[in-house]
Amino acid sequence: MSSVRRWIAAIAVAALPWPLAAQTEPNGLALGRKMLLEDNPGELWIDRGKDLFSQKRGPRNESLERCDFGLGPGKLEGASVRLPRYFADTGHVQDLESRLLTCMVELQGFKREDLAKSALSPALSSGSDIEALAIYVTSRSNGMKMNVTLDHPQEREMYEVGRYLFHRRSGQTDFACVTCHGDADKRIRLQDLVNMTDRKQIQEVVGSWPAYRGSHGVVRTMQWRMYDCFWQMRLPELAYGSDVSIALITYLHRQGNGAVVQVPGFKR
Amino acid sequence: MSEPMRIRATLQGDVADVRILMRHPMETGQRKDAQGQIIPVHFIQNVTVTHNGKTVLDAQWSQAVSRDPFLGLRVKGAKAGDKIAVTWTDNKGDKRTDEATVAAAS
Repeated sequence: MSSVRRWIAAIAVAALPWPLAAQTEPNGLALGRKMLLEDNPGELWIDRGKDLFSQKRGPRNESLERCDFGLGPGKLEGASVRLPRYFADTGHVQDLESRLLTCMVELQGFKREDLAKSALSPALSSGSDIEALAIYVTSRSNGMKMNVTLDHPQEREMYEVGRYLFHRRSGQTDFACVTCHGDADKRIRLQDLVNMTDRKQIQEVVGSWPAYRGSHGVVRTMQWRMYDCFWQMRLPELAYGSDVSIALITYLHRQGNGAVVQVPGFKR
Repeated sequence: MSEPMRIRATLQGDVADVRILMRHPMETGQRKDAQGQIIPVHFIQNVTVTHNGKTVLDAQWSQAVSRDPFLGLRVKGAKAGDKIAVTWTDNKGDKRTDEATVAAAS
Protein backbone atom coordinates (compact mmCIF):
# COMPACT_ATOMS: atom_id res chain seq x y z
CA MET A 1 0.00 0.00 0.00
CA SER A 2 1.38 3.39 -0.91
CA SER A 3 1.71 5.98 1.78
CA VAL A 4 -0.94 8.14 0.10
CA ARG A 5 -3.42 5.28 0.13
CA ARG A 6 -2.61 4.55 3.71
CA TRP A 7 -3.30 8.18 4.53
CA ILE A 8 -6.68 8.09 2.83
CA ALA A 9 -7.58 4.89 4.65
CA ALA A 10 -6.56 6.39 7.95
CA ILE A 11 -8.66 9.49 7.33
CA ALA A 12 -11.65 7.39 6.30
CA VAL A 13 -11.41 5.25 9.44
CA ALA A 14 -10.96 8.27 11.64
CA ALA A 15 -13.80 10.20 10.04
CA LEU A 16 -16.39 7.46 9.89
CA PRO A 17 -17.19 6.86 13.55
CA TRP A 18 -17.76 10.52 14.35
CA PRO A 19 -21.10 11.24 12.71
CA LEU A 20 -22.26 7.68 13.44
CA ALA A 21 -21.35 7.92 17.08
CA ALA A 22 -23.13 11.25 17.40
CA GLN A 23 -26.35 9.72 16.10
CA THR A 24 -26.44 6.41 17.92
CA GLU A 25 -24.77 7.07 21.26
CA PRO A 26 -26.18 6.99 23.82
CA ASN A 27 -29.75 7.47 22.58
CA GLY A 28 -29.61 4.51 20.21
CA LEU A 29 -29.59 2.05 23.07
CA ALA A 30 -32.44 3.81 24.84
CA LEU A 31 -34.43 3.98 21.61
CA GLY A 32 -33.86 0.31 20.90
CA ARG A 33 -35.03 -0.62 24.38
CA LYS A 34 -38.12 1.54 23.97
CA MET A 35 -39.00 -0.21 20.72
CA LEU A 36 -38.66 -3.58 22.42
CA LEU A 37 -40.88 -2.39 25.25
CA GLU A 38 -43.81 -1.53 23.01
CA ASP A 39 -44.76 -5.07 22.23
CA ASN A 40 -43.39 -7.03 25.10
CA PRO A 41 -43.81 -10.82 24.91
CA GLY A 42 -44.28 -10.65 28.69
CA GLU A 43 -47.91 -9.75 27.85
CA LEU A 44 -48.35 -13.38 26.81
CA TRP A 45 -47.28 -14.48 30.29
CA ILE A 46 -49.84 -12.15 31.85
CA ASP A 47 -52.57 -13.80 29.78
CA ARG A 48 -51.32 -17.22 30.80
CA GLY A 49 -51.10 -16.23 34.47
CA LYS A 50 -54.67 -14.95 34.33
CA ASP A 51 -55.87 -18.33 33.04
CA LEU A 52 -53.81 -20.23 35.60
CA PHE A 53 -55.15 -18.08 38.42
CA SER A 54 -58.80 -18.94 37.76
CA GLN A 55 -58.32 -22.55 36.63
CA LYS A 56 -59.09 -25.36 39.06
CA ARG A 57 -55.74 -27.10 39.41
CA GLY A 58 -53.65 -29.32 41.65
CA PRO A 59 -54.53 -32.37 43.77
CA ARG A 60 -57.39 -30.46 45.42
CA ASN A 61 -58.75 -29.18 42.11
CA GLU A 62 -58.98 -25.60 43.36
CA SER A 63 -58.37 -22.21 41.78
CA LEU A 64 -56.32 -19.45 43.38
CA GLU A 65 -59.30 -17.12 43.58
CA ARG A 66 -59.36 -17.41 47.37
CA CYS A 67 -55.66 -16.63 47.71
CA ASP A 68 -55.11 -13.69 50.04
CA PHE A 69 -52.27 -11.37 49.10
CA GLY A 70 -52.91 -9.12 52.08
CA LEU A 71 -56.01 -7.23 50.95
CA GLY A 72 -58.45 -10.10 51.36
CA PRO A 73 -59.12 -13.31 49.41
CA GLY A 74 -58.85 -12.82 45.66
CA LYS A 75 -58.22 -9.06 45.91
CA LEU A 76 -55.39 -8.35 43.49
CA GLU A 77 -55.65 -4.64 42.69
CA GLY A 78 -52.92 -2.91 44.63
CA ALA A 79 -51.85 -6.09 46.42
CA SER A 80 -48.33 -6.34 45.03
CA VAL A 81 -47.35 -2.75 45.88
CA ARG A 82 -47.64 -3.62 49.57
CA LEU A 83 -45.48 -6.75 49.35
CA PRO A 84 -43.51 -8.09 51.15
CA ARG A 85 -45.72 -7.83 54.22
CA TYR A 86 -46.55 -9.77 57.37
CA PHE A 87 -49.24 -12.44 57.06
CA ALA A 88 -50.98 -13.49 60.26
CA ASP A 89 -52.00 -16.93 58.94
CA THR A 90 -48.43 -18.03 58.29
CA GLY A 91 -46.84 -15.81 60.96
CA HIS A 92 -44.23 -14.76 58.40
CA VAL A 93 -43.25 -11.81 56.27
CA GLN A 94 -43.78 -13.00 52.69
CA ASP A 95 -43.07 -11.60 49.28
CA LEU A 96 -45.33 -12.17 46.29
CA GLU A 97 -43.72 -15.42 45.21
CA SER A 98 -43.47 -17.06 48.63
CA ARG A 99 -47.13 -16.08 49.17
CA LEU A 100 -48.01 -17.76 45.86
CA LEU A 101 -46.20 -20.87 47.12
CA THR A 102 -48.29 -20.80 50.30
CA CYS A 103 -51.54 -20.55 48.35
CA MET A 104 -50.61 -23.24 45.85
CA VAL A 105 -49.73 -25.56 48.73
CA GLU A 106 -52.60 -24.71 51.10
CA LEU A 107 -55.40 -24.23 48.57
CA GLN A 108 -54.42 -26.40 45.63
CA GLY A 109 -52.47 -29.11 47.44
CA PHE A 110 -49.27 -28.91 45.40
CA LYS A 111 -46.05 -30.05 47.05
CA ARG A 112 -43.89 -27.16 48.19
CA GLU A 113 -40.61 -28.84 47.16
CA ASP A 114 -41.88 -29.52 43.64
CA LEU A 115 -43.04 -25.93 43.21
CA ALA A 116 -39.83 -24.43 44.54
CA LYS A 117 -37.74 -26.70 42.32
CA SER A 118 -39.53 -25.69 39.12
CA ALA A 119 -40.25 -22.07 40.04
CA LEU A 120 -37.27 -20.57 38.23
CA SER A 121 -37.45 -21.95 34.72
CA PRO A 122 -34.45 -22.69 32.50
CA ALA A 123 -33.60 -20.13 29.83
CA LEU A 124 -35.39 -20.64 26.51
CA SER A 125 -37.97 -22.91 28.13
CA SER A 126 -41.70 -22.35 28.12
CA GLY A 127 -41.53 -20.84 31.62
CA SER A 128 -42.99 -21.88 34.98
CA ASP A 129 -46.50 -21.45 36.35
CA ILE A 130 -45.25 -19.31 39.23
CA GLU A 131 -43.53 -16.89 36.85
CA ALA A 132 -46.78 -16.46 34.90
CA LEU A 133 -48.84 -16.08 38.09
CA ALA A 134 -46.38 -13.61 39.61
CA ILE A 135 -46.43 -11.32 36.59
CA TYR A 136 -50.22 -11.54 36.33
CA VAL A 137 -50.75 -10.60 39.99
CA THR A 138 -48.22 -7.76 39.69
CA SER A 139 -49.85 -6.50 36.49
CA ARG A 140 -53.06 -5.94 38.44
CA SER A 141 -51.21 -3.16 40.30
CA ASN A 142 -49.99 -1.47 37.12
CA GLY A 143 -49.97 2.30 37.48
CA MET A 144 -49.97 2.16 41.28
CA LYS A 145 -47.15 3.25 43.53
CA MET A 146 -45.02 0.91 45.63
CA ASN A 147 -45.99 1.39 49.24
CA VAL A 148 -44.24 -1.07 51.55
CA THR A 149 -44.99 -0.16 55.14
CA LEU A 150 -43.02 -1.53 58.04
CA ASP A 151 -45.75 -1.31 60.65
CA HIS A 152 -45.43 -4.83 61.95
CA PRO A 153 -42.30 -5.55 64.05
CA GLN A 154 -41.49 -8.55 61.84
CA GLU A 155 -41.63 -6.37 58.72
CA ARG A 156 -39.25 -3.92 60.36
CA GLU A 157 -36.96 -6.79 61.31
CA MET A 158 -36.96 -8.21 57.75
CA TYR A 159 -36.10 -4.76 56.43
CA GLU A 160 -33.19 -4.40 58.85
CA VAL A 161 -31.91 -7.89 57.99
CA GLY A 162 -32.20 -7.03 54.30
CA ARG A 163 -30.27 -3.82 54.78
CA TYR A 164 -27.58 -5.72 56.65
CA LEU A 165 -27.33 -8.40 53.94
CA PHE A 166 -27.22 -5.76 51.22
CA HIS A 167 -24.17 -4.13 52.77
CA ARG A 168 -22.38 -7.16 54.22
CA ARG A 169 -19.39 -8.49 52.28
CA SER A 170 -19.32 -12.28 52.17
CA GLY A 171 -18.31 -15.35 50.20
CA GLN A 172 -15.10 -16.27 48.44
CA THR A 173 -15.03 -13.04 46.42
CA ASP A 174 -15.81 -10.86 49.43
CA PHE A 175 -18.70 -9.19 47.62
CA ALA A 176 -21.64 -7.32 49.01
CA CYS A 177 -24.62 -6.22 46.90
CA VAL A 178 -23.45 -2.67 47.51
CA THR A 179 -20.03 -3.45 45.99
CA CYS A 180 -21.62 -3.33 42.53
CA HIS A 181 -24.78 -1.38 43.29
CA GLY A 182 -23.54 1.43 45.51
CA ASP A 183 -22.04 3.94 43.08
CA ALA A 184 -23.08 5.76 39.95
CA ASP A 185 -21.95 4.71 36.45
CA LYS A 186 -20.58 1.29 37.23
CA ARG A 187 -20.90 -1.55 34.81
CA ILE A 188 -20.20 -5.22 34.43
CA ARG A 189 -18.91 -5.97 30.95
CA LEU A 190 -21.22 -3.75 28.87
CA GLN A 191 -24.16 -3.78 31.24
CA ASP A 192 -24.81 -0.65 33.23
CA LEU A 193 -25.25 -1.47 36.90
CA VAL A 194 -28.05 0.10 38.84
CA ASN A 195 -27.03 2.30 41.73
CA MET A 196 -29.39 1.04 44.41
CA THR A 197 -28.51 3.86 46.77
CA ASP A 198 -30.09 6.30 44.32
CA ARG A 199 -33.83 6.63 44.91
CA LYS A 200 -34.75 7.14 41.27
CA GLN A 201 -32.68 4.24 39.99
CA ILE A 202 -33.97 1.77 42.55
CA GLN A 203 -37.51 2.85 41.76
CA GLU A 204 -36.96 1.94 38.12
CA VAL A 205 -35.93 -1.51 39.29
CA VAL A 206 -38.73 -2.33 41.70
CA GLY A 207 -41.41 -1.02 39.34
CA SER A 208 -40.34 -3.15 36.39
CA TRP A 209 -40.15 -6.72 37.75
CA PRO A 210 -41.30 -9.35 36.80
CA ALA A 211 -39.86 -8.71 33.37
CA TYR A 212 -39.42 -10.45 30.04
CA ARG A 213 -35.75 -11.21 29.68
CA GLY A 214 -34.90 -11.06 25.98
CA SER A 215 -31.79 -13.19 26.13
CA HIS A 216 -33.56 -15.91 28.15
CA GLY A 217 -36.85 -15.85 26.27
CA VAL A 218 -38.81 -16.15 29.52
CA VAL A 219 -40.30 -13.92 32.18
CA ARG A 220 -38.03 -13.48 35.19
CA THR A 221 -39.14 -12.56 38.69
CA MET A 222 -37.61 -10.72 41.66
CA GLN A 223 -36.77 -14.06 43.29
CA TRP A 224 -34.83 -14.98 40.17
CA ARG A 225 -33.02 -11.64 40.26
CA MET A 226 -31.88 -12.34 43.84
CA TYR A 227 -30.96 -15.93 42.96
CA ASP A 228 -28.86 -14.85 40.00
CA CYS A 229 -27.11 -12.06 41.91
CA PHE A 230 -26.15 -14.62 44.56
CA TRP A 231 -24.82 -16.90 41.84
CA GLN A 232 -22.85 -14.06 40.27
CA MET A 233 -21.38 -13.27 43.69
CA ARG A 234 -20.44 -16.96 44.10
CA LEU A 235 -22.50 -17.20 47.27
CA PRO A 236 -24.28 -20.42 48.27
CA GLU A 237 -27.35 -21.14 46.16
CA LEU A 238 -30.22 -18.95 47.29
CA ALA A 239 -33.23 -21.10 48.20
CA TYR A 240 -36.46 -20.08 46.47
CA GLY A 241 -38.72 -18.14 48.83
CA SER A 242 -36.19 -18.29 51.67
CA ASP A 243 -36.09 -15.70 54.44
CA VAL A 244 -32.81 -14.35 53.05
CA SER A 245 -34.44 -13.63 49.72
CA ILE A 246 -37.51 -12.10 51.37
CA ALA A 247 -35.32 -9.90 53.60
CA LEU A 248 -33.46 -8.52 50.58
CA ILE A 249 -36.68 -7.96 48.64
CA THR A 250 -38.25 -6.22 51.64
CA TYR A 251 -35.26 -3.89 51.83
CA LEU A 252 -35.22 -3.15 48.09
CA HIS A 253 -38.98 -2.68 47.74
CA ARG A 254 -39.13 -0.38 50.75
CA GLN A 255 -36.22 1.66 49.36
CA GLY A 256 -38.10 1.89 46.09
CA ASN A 257 -41.35 3.12 47.66
CA GLY A 258 -43.13 5.53 45.37
CA ALA A 259 -42.09 3.65 42.23
CA VAL A 260 -44.90 3.29 39.71
CA VAL A 261 -45.48 -0.36 38.88
CA GLN A 262 -45.46 -1.04 35.14
CA VAL A 263 -45.10 -4.67 34.13
CA PRO A 264 -44.11 -6.53 32.06
CA GLY A 265 -40.72 -4.90 32.21
CA PHE A 266 -38.22 -5.66 29.50
CA LYS A 267 -34.65 -6.62 30.29
CA ARG A 268 -31.88 -7.31 27.85
CA MET B 1 -48.93 -27.40 22.41
CA SER B 2 -49.41 -23.87 21.22
CA GLU B 3 -50.39 -20.95 23.40
CA PRO B 4 -52.77 -18.16 22.41
CA MET B 5 -51.56 -15.15 20.50
CA ARG B 6 -52.20 -11.65 21.67
CA ILE B 7 -53.77 -9.58 18.90
CA ARG B 8 -54.56 -5.91 19.19
CA ALA B 9 -56.28 -4.04 16.38
CA THR B 10 -56.98 -0.35 16.80
CA LEU B 11 -58.55 1.95 14.25
CA GLN B 12 -56.60 4.98 13.08
CA GLY B 13 -58.78 6.76 10.52
CA ASP B 14 -59.78 4.02 8.08
CA VAL B 15 -56.64 2.02 8.78
CA ALA B 16 -56.47 -0.66 11.46
CA ASP B 17 -53.17 -0.85 13.27
CA VAL B 18 -52.74 -4.55 13.99
CA ARG B 19 -50.17 -5.82 16.47
CA ILE B 20 -49.66 -9.51 17.02
CA LEU B 21 -47.54 -11.26 19.62
CA MET B 22 -46.99 -14.97 19.14
CA ARG B 23 -45.55 -17.56 21.48
CA HIS B 24 -43.15 -19.85 19.67
CA PRO B 25 -39.63 -21.20 20.36
CA MET B 26 -38.46 -20.46 16.77
CA GLU B 27 -35.53 -22.87 17.02
CA THR B 28 -32.99 -22.26 14.29
CA GLY B 29 -31.68 -25.82 14.17
CA GLN B 30 -28.21 -24.45 14.95
CA ARG B 31 -28.31 -24.53 18.73
CA LYS B 32 -27.07 -27.42 20.81
CA ASP B 33 -28.46 -28.62 24.12
CA ALA B 34 -26.44 -29.40 27.27
CA GLN B 35 -25.57 -32.85 25.89
CA GLY B 36 -24.17 -31.39 22.69
CA GLN B 37 -27.10 -32.61 20.60
CA ILE B 38 -28.49 -30.27 17.98
CA ILE B 39 -31.93 -28.98 18.90
CA PRO B 40 -34.17 -29.75 15.92
CA VAL B 41 -35.29 -26.87 13.77
CA HIS B 42 -38.75 -25.64 14.79
CA PHE B 43 -40.14 -22.43 13.41
CA ILE B 44 -43.25 -20.77 12.05
CA GLN B 45 -43.29 -21.22 8.29
CA ASN B 46 -46.45 -19.53 7.24
CA VAL B 47 -48.51 -16.67 8.64
CA THR B 48 -51.79 -15.51 7.21
CA VAL B 49 -53.87 -12.58 8.37
CA THR B 50 -57.45 -12.15 7.25
CA HIS B 51 -59.74 -9.16 7.50
CA ASN B 52 -63.38 -10.31 7.65
CA GLY B 53 -62.31 -13.55 5.98
CA LYS B 54 -60.34 -11.89 3.17
CA THR B 55 -56.61 -12.56 3.20
CA VAL B 56 -54.63 -9.35 3.69
CA LEU B 57 -51.25 -10.88 4.47
CA ASP B 58 -49.71 -14.19 3.51
CA ALA B 59 -46.14 -14.48 4.70
CA GLN B 60 -43.47 -17.14 4.58
CA TRP B 61 -41.10 -16.99 7.50
CA SER B 62 -37.72 -18.53 8.12
CA GLN B 63 -35.63 -19.43 11.16
CA ALA B 64 -34.29 -15.89 11.10
CA VAL B 65 -37.37 -14.58 12.91
CA SER B 66 -36.86 -14.30 16.66
CA ARG B 67 -38.33 -16.33 19.48
CA ASP B 68 -41.79 -15.11 20.61
CA PRO B 69 -42.20 -13.09 17.43
CA PHE B 70 -44.00 -9.80 17.03
CA LEU B 71 -45.78 -8.87 13.81
CA GLY B 72 -47.26 -5.48 13.05
CA LEU B 73 -49.30 -4.51 10.02
CA ARG B 74 -51.81 -1.90 8.92
CA VAL B 75 -55.06 -2.90 7.25
CA LYS B 76 -56.72 -0.34 4.99
CA GLY B 77 -60.46 0.11 4.82
CA ALA B 78 -61.15 -1.40 8.22
CA LYS B 79 -64.09 -0.46 10.43
CA ALA B 80 -64.65 -0.87 14.13
CA GLY B 81 -66.03 -4.34 14.87
CA ASP B 82 -64.30 -5.97 11.89
CA LYS B 83 -62.72 -9.34 12.50
CA ILE B 84 -58.98 -9.84 12.19
CA ALA B 85 -57.89 -13.48 12.25
CA VAL B 86 -54.30 -14.69 12.35
CA THR B 87 -53.13 -18.20 11.57
CA TRP B 88 -49.64 -19.58 11.79
CA THR B 89 -48.35 -22.97 10.72
CA ASP B 90 -44.95 -24.26 11.78
CA ASN B 91 -42.60 -26.75 10.17
CA LYS B 92 -43.88 -29.55 12.41
CA GLY B 93 -47.40 -29.01 11.14
CA ASP B 94 -48.57 -27.36 14.34
CA LYS B 95 -51.18 -24.72 13.66
CA ARG B 96 -52.87 -21.98 15.61
CA THR B 97 -55.59 -19.46 14.80
CA ASP B 98 -56.70 -16.55 16.95
CA GLU B 99 -59.13 -13.78 16.28
CA ALA B 100 -59.60 -10.20 17.43
CA THR B 101 -62.09 -7.43 16.81
CA VAL B 102 -61.00 -4.04 15.52
CA ALA B 103 -61.45 -1.51 18.30
CA ALA B 104 -62.43 2.10 17.65
CA ALA B 105 -59.71 4.69 18.05
CA SER B 106 -59.22 5.54 21.70
